[in-house]
Amino acid sequence: MEGELILMGKYIGAGLACTGMGGAAVGVGHVVGNFLSGALRNPSAAAGQTATMFIGIAFAEALGIFSFLVALLLMFAV
Amino acid sequence: MASDVQGEGSGLVFHPMDQFLVKPLFGGSELYWYSITNVTLWMALSVVAVLAIMVFGTSHRGLVPSRSQSIGELAYGFVYKMVEDVAGKDAVGYFPYIMTLFMFIVCANFLGLLPMSFTTTSHIAVTAVMAMAVFLAVTILGFAKNGISFLSLFWISSAPLVLRPVLALIEVISYFVRPVSHSIRLAGNMMAGHAVIKVFAAFAGIAAIAPLSILAITAIYALEVLVSFIQAYVFAILTCVYLKDALHPHH
Repeated sequence: MEGELILMGKYIGAGLACTGMGGAAVGVGHVVGNFLSGALRNPSAAAGQTATMFIGIAFAEALGIFSFLVALLLMFAV
Repeated sequence: MASDVQGEGSGLVFHPMDQFLVKPLFGGSELYWYSITNVTLWMALSVVAVLAIMVFGTSHRGLVPSRSQSIGELAYGFVYKMVEDVAGKDAVGYFPYIMTLFMFIVCANFLGLLPMSFTTTSHIAVTAVMAMAVFLAVTILGFAKNGISFLSLFWISSAPLVLRPVLALIEVISYFVRPVSHSIRLAGNMMAGHAVIKVFAAFAGIAAIAPLSILAITAIYALEVLVSFIQAYVFAILTCVYLKDALHPHH
């Protein structure tokens, strides 16, 4: 009984941790959307800023990946 | 790994995480530090792929490039421009290291997309070694180039004096989280993508939804090709950003 309770907690926790990835999705969408709205106003300056956009995406995505990591740890390590 | 997760109620024929199991290639199932595993094989194959593109592909050095030579020249120019743009002109001396990292990761990611192959970059053990190497190299380089004034990276002189200790604390934490996020970003992306493909592949066994799941596999596979390249690019570009911080720590 106790083991099943712990298992249930693990699965619920892993599922809850995955909601954090929604935040990363919002963040990445925000970065790319703002990049596009800026790029369409001044297309000549856009090409030089693609690298900056990818850095921004990477930083926003990192936090979503952390929640994925928490889910994985709950599933396989705890 | 698989047995404790696959409950009685799950309808999957195989577990989506089974593809990431490390198995020795020869003899038995025991793993020792010297065992030649599938990770060893596929890492060696990605090194061979890099050699094939960069050494044998460009060995003719024709004025009109052949197909393999154009790939090599494109990759070289792409990474060179990235180092120059992001890390600055004086960081070009560190271009070979970033080129090596980029080519290895891109080849490992693409080889991992072949059916029945093994994605070495989906293991945190593999990516953590690369990320720790970058972190240690950048930290040592920062102190070697700037001496103790490298610490001004954490002391933001443009911020108000009251805020500076708080910002310094945040900067120190974010500095030490770098190797973690650097490695987990690559491993997590590769692992998640391949697991999703396997989940849909398992659904293809059910006749009613098989056409839908095969369509989904095709679409996700195309996305994974894109993600494989972008993650290698992001790994290289973040190395450039960290390198720039080491060479010019003053904000």
